[in-house]
Amino acid sequence: MTWETVIGIETHVELTTASKMFCGCPVDFGAPPNTNVCPVCLGLPGALPVVNGRAVEYAMTIGLALNCSIAPHSVFARKNYFYPDMPKNYQISQYDEPLCVAGHLDVDTDGEVARIGITRVHMEEDTGKSTHVGDGGRIQAASHSLLDFNRAGVPLMEIVSEPDLRSPEQARAFVAELRGVILRLGVSDAKLEEGSMRFDANVSLRPSGSTEFGTKVEVKNMNSLRSLQRALEHEVERQQALLDAGEPVVQETRHWNEDAGTTSGMRSKEEAFDYRYFPEPDLVPVEVDDAWRERVAGALPELPAQARARYASAGLDPVAADLVSRDPAAGTIFEEATAAGADAQTVANWLTGEVTALLRRQDLSLEQSGVTGAGLAELAEMVDDGRLSASAAKEVLAGVVAGEGNPESIAAERDLIQVSDVSALEPVVEEVLAANPDAVAKLHEGDGKVIGFLIGQVMRATGGKADPAAVTAILRGKSA
Amino acid sequence: MSDLADLSVGGAAAGLRAGEFTAVELLEAVHRRAAVTEAELHAYLTIDRDGAARAAVAADSALRAADDPGPLLGIPVALKDNMVTRGVETTCSSKILSGYRPPYDGTAVSRLRAGGAVIFGKTNLDEFAMGSSTENSAYGPTRNPWDPERVPGGSSGGSAAAVAAGSAMIAYGSDTGGSIRQPAALCGIVGVKPTYGLVSRYGLIAFASSLDQIGPLTRTVEDAVAALEVVGGHDPADSTSYPGSFPDMRSGLEAGVSGLRIGVVAELNGAGIDPAVQAAVDETVAGLERAGATVVPVSLPSVAYALSAYYLIAPAECSANLARFDGVRYGLRRHGETVEEMMSTTRGEGFGPEVTRRILLGTYALSAGYYDAFYGQAQRVRTLIIQDFADAYEQADVLVSPTSPTTAFPLGARTEDPLSMYLSDVCTIPSNMSGDPAISVPVGVDENGLPVGFQIMAPALGEPVMMRVAAEVERQAGFTARARLATSEVG
Ligand SMILES: [Zn+2]
Repeated sequence: MTWETVIGIETHVELTTASKMFCGCPVDFGAPPNTNVCPVCLGLPGALPVVNGRAVEYAMTIGLALNCSIAPHSVFARKNYFYPDMPKNYQISQYDEPLCVAGHLDVDTDGEVARIGITRVHMEEDTGKSTHVGDGGRIQAASHSLLDFNRAGVPLMEIVSEPDLRSPEQARAFVAELRGVILRLGVSDAKLEEGSMRFDANVSLRPSGSTEFGTKVEVKNMNSLRSLQRALEHEVERQQALLDAGEPVVQETRHWNEDAGTTSGMRSKEEAFDYRYFPEPDLVPVEVDDAWRERVAGALPELPAQARARYASAGLDPVAADLVSRDPAAGTIFEEATAAGADAQTVANWLTGEVTALLRRQDLSLEQSGVTGAGLAELAEMVDDGRLSASAAKEVLAGVVAGEGNPESIAAERDLIQVSDVSALEPVVEEVLAANPDAVAKLHEGDGKVIGFLIGQVMRATGGKADPAAVTAILRGKSA
Repeated sequence: MSDLADLSVGGAAAGLRAGEFTAVELLEAVHRRAAVTEAELHAYLTIDRDGAARAAVAADSALRAADDPGPLLGIPVALKDNMVTRGVETTCSSKILSGYRPPYDGTAVSRLRAGGAVIFGKTNLDEFAMGSSTENSAYGPTRNPWDPERVPGGSSGGSAAAVAAGSAMIAYGSDTGGSIRQPAALCGIVGVKPTYGLVSRYGLIAFASSLDQIGPLTRTVEDAVAALEVVGGHDPADSTSYPGSFPDMRSGLEAGVSGLRIGVVAELNGAGIDPAVQAAVDETVAGLERAGATVVPVSLPSVAYALSAYYLIAPAECSANLARFDGVRYGLRRHGETVEEMMSTTRGEGFGPEVTRRILLGTYALSAGYYDAFYGQAQRVRTLIIQDFADAYEQADVLVSPTSPTTAFPLGARTEDPLSMYLSDVCTIPSNMSGDPAISVPVGVDENGLPVGFQIMAPALGEPVMMRVAAEVERQAGFTARARLATSEVG
């Protein structure tokens, strides 16, 4: 039997509002533990929440970018469960009346575009952070736990997709595109490794052609796009093996272990929580009128799909178009460099290739690096002028990424400027020809291969700084 | 007046400004009173000697400097111990908050401080305001100053007893199902549950958020107005706070009731009401009619279900509100081998039986599969009650009933039977369900000399007409009887 994969993704995004969801404490991820706290976000007796209007606006922005309807009237609810890093032992969230519903996001996987439904986007508050001390960092075996409530109450958006994804690869493309939307909107830094964007996936298989859903398994703890795809591939294989063997898939939550490359069961449906949701009596409903919604809709920036279409029509290849349309930092650098006259594809190739690789190796973000639009434009001009070879350009780029200065100074410092000036090269060529009469004879006989030898001799004589193109042109002139 | 502790707020405010006595002397008089009455009543859990002394000294210098923030300057005030006070132990009469000193003042408390009030102490209550007799206190019951063998009512029983006994000039309480009005009635004083949202709940430790409301317990209607004016009004820290301007309750106090329509609620009068209580209520209604009001019979058919709906909604909200008391960050902590065990042992030992009962009831009412039949149904009943009140207020300006079906009952009489205790609030719960204001005014005594409270209910933000009627009731009743224990004489 052949099986169809069915995947839905729940994404959580921490907003970068100035203050928390229900109090005035700053959202600041670098602060010492328990310094950005107050009676409200500590859940002290008597304290009451007040909705952060800016967070509602950010949530609307996300909903509108995902083509959702914005509910004119939405409601916060209490989600009840006990956990030490949740100050009130309930989380204020939205339940049956969320802010944004029924949207979609188009996802392109190798040229095939699929429209993925967005069930809902809702607002909630983040929990604090537990650090379990001793024995593997698990609460059960820890000798004690440390609690930091700086994160408690940070605005969190939950974005729930329909089960419209049909492969791990497509799921990865969906999350990448969604992340691009979030970054373009500027509402979150959406860092996967640091957890400001996190996702869980629901995976099930069903016989191809069936319209009924199979038993779904929730997979958690993927903290990169790569680990999402790996975890889903593993889970699809696991379920397929069970089904092929005639065994049932158990509805449960499974934990992805990145190092082992496997998932393990956390809890089954029988032990599932009953969250006892009910409307939050400390808050009034969120009312969004047409004027507010339209003001937010009117201020939406260019989204990745629009940017990508613009770049594609300008002739950029899809990989490059993806990067510069999804990553606002790369997009800005790209726009600045091309506006300064650099070739779009050249700049895009650097960004997707060398720069990305260098950043990853040095564990830097684009913003932290020394890469600027002006710098890349300068570098492109030096290549165009023949003053830098393609390989020398990459060396200069490494210096730029490391923040050593502008391309001109780095190239000079590293002695990478190549000589393409004919008047400077001519005497060297003459010397080489004089020293190699046999080769000169072959050249005149029309032996094309010997030209490579002569170029090599010129390069040696110039310490590698001659522009091969210029040398070739001079030699061809001599052979005619 | 022989004893400063027996002055009304208005009388004390006038005396302070006339230089007849100082705020420090007024505080001393209240201390002397409390020294005598506390031995028998146990109205207070904490008396903040140092804080009160500092506030009285500050009030005297403000008086000398003619820097007058208003009528509560220098007035000794008591707070129910579910109102958070910075640095002063706030326990909700629960073991689970034993020793808890909040790092902040609630809005009502900071407004009192800004108004120059002298916060004298924190009063006893039924644990987390759950009860009608103040017997559910982890720190022992409060007794009624009219008869120490009887309960003061509850849950704001400590506040009511303190005001009736003269160990506070004003006390604040919270009213979720009658917790201000019922003890006020049983202690022969005035108690007001304002419109939901008129006084900020920020800093009131929640029992049932959609029903809780802070209000004053005082000896006169005018004192209640003064007490409300200081703490009331919009607070951006409470999303359910009423955003409009504070209603003028003062200017109608002398206006009388001529031309007003007084609705006598069929379902809250007569059946189930102690005859002596009903007689005092009927006489009061007759007096209002003589004073020019029109008396009309009205019906609130859905209030028959109010008590049942209340005992689903309030426990449901409390089950979530009290979840935060888990031993992790403050209050009681009992050791456990795991986090779950630590939390459950702490909660098991920290909460008393009535609180535990309501948490369990509420947890059940919200459970998957039961939510709609219990919580959902209760909310639908609540909507019907609101509609019934709206219809009734088409026919009447205010509605009246007894505050409590009985006068003060003996200690222990209802502790073994929660349902009989719950019935103490049958007349007061409807106004919490609708969010409307209501007041209890003392109008007489029964055959045992125990006070009877008369309840006046008004539509939302109808405090002006409610206070106007209350002032007339107060004049008509001429209720001058004083609690037996309201004395500084060592007896
Ligand atoms: Zn805070």
